[in-house]
Amino acid sequence: MSAAEEVVAEGHQAVEAVPKRAMTLGTGTSLLVLAVLLIVPVFVKNFIIFQMTMLLIYGLAVLALNILTGGSGQFSLGQSAFYAVGAYTSAVLMEYFNVNYALTIPISAVVCFGFGYLFGKPALRLSGVYLALATFALATAMPQLLKLNFLEHWTGGVQGLVVTKPDAPFGLPMSQDTWLYYFSLAVVLAIYIFSVNLLRSRSGRAFMAIRDNEIAASSMGVNVALYKTLAFGVSAGITGVAGSLGAIAVQFVAPDSYTITLAISLFLGMVVGGVGWLPGSFVGAAFIIFVPNMAEGISKGLSGAVFGVLLFAVIYLVPHGARQIAIMGQQLVGRLRKN
Amino acid sequence: MELFTNQVLAGIATGAIYACMALAVVMIYQAIDHLNFAQGEMAMFSTFISWQLMQWGIPYWAAFVITLALSFVGGIAIERILFKPLAKAPVLTNVAGFIALFAIINSSAGLIWDFTIKQYPTPFGSSPFLGSQLISTHQAGMIGVTVLLLLGLYFFFQYTKIGLAMRAAASVPESARLVGINTSWMIALGWGMASAIGAIAGMLIAPVVFLEPNMMGGVLIYGFAAAVLGGLTSPFGAVVGGFLVGVFENLAGTYIPGVGNELKLPIALALIISVLVVKPAGLFGRQIVKRV
Repeated sequence: MSAAEEVVAEGHQAVEAVPKRAMTLGTGTSLLVLAVLLIVPVFVKNFIIFQMTMLLIYGLAVLALNILTGGSGQFSLGQSAFYAVGAYTSAVLMEYFNVNYALTIPISAVVCFGFGYLFGKPALRLSGVYLALATFALATAMPQLLKLNFLEHWTGGVQGLVVTKPDAPFGLPMSQDTWLYYFSLAVVLAIYIFSVNLLRSRSGRAFMAIRDNEIAASSMGVNVALYKTLAFGVSAGITGVAGSLGAIAVQFVAPDSYTITLAISLFLGMVVGGVGWLPGSFVGAAFIIFVPNMAEGISKGLSGAVFGVLLFAVIYLVPHGARQIAIMGQQLVGRLRKN
Repeated sequence: MELFTNQVLAGIATGAIYACMALAVVMIYQAIDHLNFAQGEMAMFSTFISWQLMQWGIPYWAAFVITLALSFVGGIAIERILFKPLAKAPVLTNVAGFIALFAIINSSAGLIWDFTIKQYPTPFGSSPFLGSQLISTHQAGMIGVTVLLLLGLYFFFQYTKIGLAMRAAASVPESARLVGINTSWMIALGWGMASAIGAIAGMLIAPVVFLEPNMMGGVLIYGFAAAVLGGLTSPFGAVVGGFLVGVFENLAGTYIPGVGNELKLPIALALIISVLVVKPAGLFGRQIVKRV
């Protein structure tokens, strides 16, 4: 077994420090991807731009889960609830209070941070499957809560709310979809850089220490309760931003768009992308957006089975997700350079 | 007061369904240390097999036994073919595998038997039980079967050699291997048994919820909740948890104002979580001591 494979085998959830040369390689690839993301919308149709926007948004939501699970080791099936809160915050502010769409995003980040932080408090007592059940309960409760009678005035009940799509500002000559794409790209990029730095900071190291061994972390002076709830808050806040962007992009919010199925999809995205590897979030998002469509294309009646088989194929070939491919690529480049 | 007793009785009757499912969940958790999200779908598929056998003219009990045997073999086959290669993969990858299995079974059942709702026969009849309007002979039979199953499992794990071997393999795999237990096959056996218990649960539940590919969705959630409430390490706890969840759910629906059918599930889950916050290992679960 080669050295890099051992790294995968040992630290399957770890976000380790990357060696210096790999860093430049990683940075190069990131810049290349960014350049592609910037140029592509010029050449493709509006529908594809819309799908790319959704890819960024789901990628952001998977990234949030990755910080929580890959970073601090807490498992959550309740991300759809945070996503819903973000989406509704934006929709209600835009439709009832005429707040500018761009301003609703930081507001929903703050609202969701608070919500996640408070939810993280009682969840402190739970871990593993018990935490999974608690977050699962949150996810199943959320659509029902949004339908409650006394909230119906604000949430529109079962019918949901229609959100108006913003035009490009300053008279820029681009379609609404293209503008929204670039807007989302800017937001996602900012949060991505924030997240990478967060995981490398003192707080990020505290998250990882808790993930690897809670008792050892607390004996090193890490405030376990504080950092665990903080991880929940940050994850919920980022998911909320994804929810807001999603509501603006889809132009519609309704309770039944935010069921447990969404939370499960996000979870699958994280596994496929590689737990704890932030760039993998976007690979995972691509999987959960495009593979179900592909499966439907292969067989209408058996689309679920085809999806399941494809998912099995992925986890057999690369049990550690896209991250494993990245590490293999890195190794290959390293070997080529030596020769 | 009469309303209260009636609701409790009705809760116990639905609780029997959850108890059955929770028992299957705990069985597999004991063997493999994971919650199997595809458990409900496996049970649904077994139930469809028994229905198909009966359509071909095989009498109920013969179909029942054949289905149990097939489910047992099927459970082992799933473990050997699909999950053994994943044994070394991370936990979360395994969970993704369960979700994939869920999608595959659900969609194949839909294709083979389509999504129309089917009647399913009951061997116990559906007349009122002992003159009570709330609990039918089928539900009474269901409670009886659950209790029998629990007793059977208790004796199996406590007094047979293979039961002991399974417990050893689950709790300390390394030492179990050293004394000559084939731990890998014990896991397969656990899958087989869980699949067979799931089949029993499915066949008992089908007359109540009717047979269709999505019949297990709600039941499995309650089954999980019951298993977690009772403590995932205790089959007895799972059964008690099942009955408790059934009763909780009914009482919440009756007494808390503004709770319709829609909010029953979230409230039941919230209640369970509050219990877990006080007793994190479940009501009857063993507190697992971790070595630092």
